[in-house]
Amino acid sequence: MTETDMINTLDKPSRSSLDRVVSSHALGLEPRADGANQGSPEIVIEPRSGWIAIDWREMYTQRELLFFLVWRDIQVRYKQTVLGSAWAVIQPLMLMLIFSFLGRFARIEHGSAPFSLFVFAGLIPWTLFSQGFPQAALSLVNQQNMLSKVYFPRLFVPVACACVFLVDLLYSLVIYGFLLLAYGYTPAWTVIFVPFLVVLTLIATLSLGITLAALTVFYRDFRHLVPFMVQILMYVIPVFYPAWLIPEKYHSVLALNPMFGIVTAYRSAILGYPWDFQCLLISSVSAVLTFVFAIFYFRRTERAFADFA
Amino acid sequence: MSQTIIDCAQISKSYKLGARRAKNVQMGAAFTMRDTFSDLMGSARRMIRGKTRPKREQDDVFWALNDVSFEVKRGEVVGLIGRNGAGKSTLLKILSRIVEPTKGKARLRGRVASLLEVGTGFHPELSGRENIYLNGAILGMRRAEIDRKLDEIVAFSEIERFLDTPVKRYSSGMYVRLAFAVAAHLEPEILIVDEVLAVGDYAFQKKCLGKMHDVASGDGRTILFVSHNMGALNQLCDRGVLLENGSVTMIGPVDEVVNRYLKSGLGQNSAMVEFPEDPSKPCQFVSVEILHEDGSPTTDFSCDEPVRIRLRMRIREVGGGVFMSLQVLNLDGVRVLNSDIRDLNTSTAEALRPGLHAFDVVIPPRLLSPTTYLVNVVCSIHFAGVVDQHESCCEFTLSDVETPINQRPGVLGARLPWGHRIEADQLG
Repeated sequence: MTETDMINTLDKPSRSSLDRVVSSHALGLEPRADGANQGSPEIVIEPRSGWIAIDWREMYTQRELLFFLVWRDIQVRYKQTVLGSAWAVIQPLMLMLIFSFLGRFARIEHGSAPFSLFVFAGLIPWTLFSQGFPQAALSLVNQQNMLSKVYFPRLFVPVACACVFLVDLLYSLVIYGFLLLAYGYTPAWTVIFVPFLVVLTLIATLSLGITLAALTVFYRDFRHLVPFMVQILMYVIPVFYPAWLIPEKYHSVLALNPMFGIVTAYRSAILGYPWDFQCLLISSVSAVLTFVFAIFYFRRTERAFADFA
Repeated sequence: MSQTIIDCAQISKSYKLGARRAKNVQMGAAFTMRDTFSDLMGSARRMIRGKTRPKREQDDVFWALNDVSFEVKRGEVVGLIGRNGAGKSTLLKILSRIVEPTKGKARLRGRVASLLEVGTGFHPELSGRENIYLNGAILGMRRAEIDRKLDEIVAFSEIERFLDTPVKRYSSGMYVRLAFAVAAHLEPEILIVDEVLAVGDYAFQKKCLGKMHDVASGDGRTILFVSHNMGALNQLCDRGVLLENGSVTMIGPVDEVVNRYLKSGLGQNSAMVEFPEDPSKPCQFVSVEILHEDGSPTTDFSCDEPVRIRLRMRIREVGGGVFMSLQVLNLDGVRVLNSDIRDLNTSTAEALRPGLHAFDVVIPPRLLSPTTYLVNVVCSIHFAGVVDQHESCCEFTLSDVETPINQRPGVLGARLPWGHRIEADQLG
């Protein structure tokens, strides 16, 4: 390439920094591109600043990697343990037993369902959330070697870490089925909405996890803050007490925490408790908005990950 | 003209050193517009005022890469050559999209796979087979592609028996073999390889070089290759890009670039050094030269060439007798050779008269192992002690260009006679 060529290339109105992977169609406009290279993408590497769009196409083409990362974490999680994947079940079961025991003394007014079923319904989303977001938060720091050695969509790292706990959630749902049978409690027909709630829970988990993952790369303080956050959230979210214990007027504010509306909705969906649609709506909107923010914040900061990790 | 596949235009990368302000931490030091702008202003000011950089700024900003431009054509194998810290790895990281450049632009046309480390993402708890899939996916292979190549990968890695053993129980050699086997079966249009061949046993290194050679000559794949192994570079690459302190100082045929790199040594003129005359000294060194067989000063030698060290001395007073010695040290500081004037015949040594003298000391071929050496010279007068000495005044490098692996660990580089006889034949 001659000097002038190079200047021409540089002077060309620079393509939006949003599209790093330019389609082969765009490549066809290049003066030096020949037919042989049609079909392979051109990658433009240049400094970017500000907010960066999400590269869905890239993530789609590399979706198998996300699958492999989740698969790896599942494979590894219970290696060299005696009880193996039983741990996924033991944790929520123990929590349920403890809370049911305490519930007998605390005399929490918990509606028509047995207290154990009441608590466990809240524990299903709580387990995903409380394990998923701290793991996601630490994911980038724990895998910094990978970040500095190979390129792939960075979002996969926290997402994969959180998605692993979907497996636990599935186990929990199965156990819940057995518990319902044991208690002879017929679930409400609205139980068919549970998958929708699971998606919402995952979104809420990811939005916190992704934001914290990016923050932890730069500020390791979050390493110490996250366990503390889990503890606080456990009390703020109505996991082992019903939402109605809190005066109604605070609900719409508390529902800004997505998990507030979501946990309540699990009970309504499975056990037939009255729905608080206003609460659920606020929580869902809040979950989706924070999720969008999280992804964009992550994209904005990800280009500096390898320099800081 | 064949097509340009990698087009690197004025790539620069700066890092801020020292304490980072919280404000900058969030966006990654040098990435804010303001910083870039002030950097530009700073360098413009420096250009106007001359080259001295303000002290504070020098401490703050480190330019790992400065205005790096080069092109690679389809099917070319280009070696990136430079000392540690010259910016090779930073450049590879930018081209692999791991870090972003501070300035400049690069275009890559085609699917890129970068191999900056063997076994990235390997999980010790997973079996060899599982890690092949995981590592393959991380390097950008599709599952179907890995399925198809699994047998080939396993055969290449020579670990068939341990395929279902967790890799944490592997020896380091097995681990590296498996990791490289996966990488060797990537099929990108552009392959970016950092110094990954430095690990593993000799036989496997050779196999990898062979595989890379196949890849390079096979189907027009473009390779960007970093190595300190000059033999491998010579064998694999068509062209070389020489990086010095973050800037490209030479682009050309690989043998010329390798030559220039070897010659550049630690200091530009370390093949020959002259010392100012000091009449107060009874005797002194005038110059020390490292000479090639043909008499030209050089710092770059093949292991199979003799190294001639010429000491030129001015002797003003003979006094109690002149004594001189030279030491050859390797870069670990180990004195590998010590030779003094007594190695010359004693009659000449005793009959030294005032005047200018030249002494040639020859290090025979195949004595020392291929690496870099420093030369110390000392001159003393009997009963008066040391009158002139120069430490590390010259430096030379031996390389084993003949063998692809430019390594012969140990201090000595001699080829040893090996005998062999069959004591019992299995078939007999």
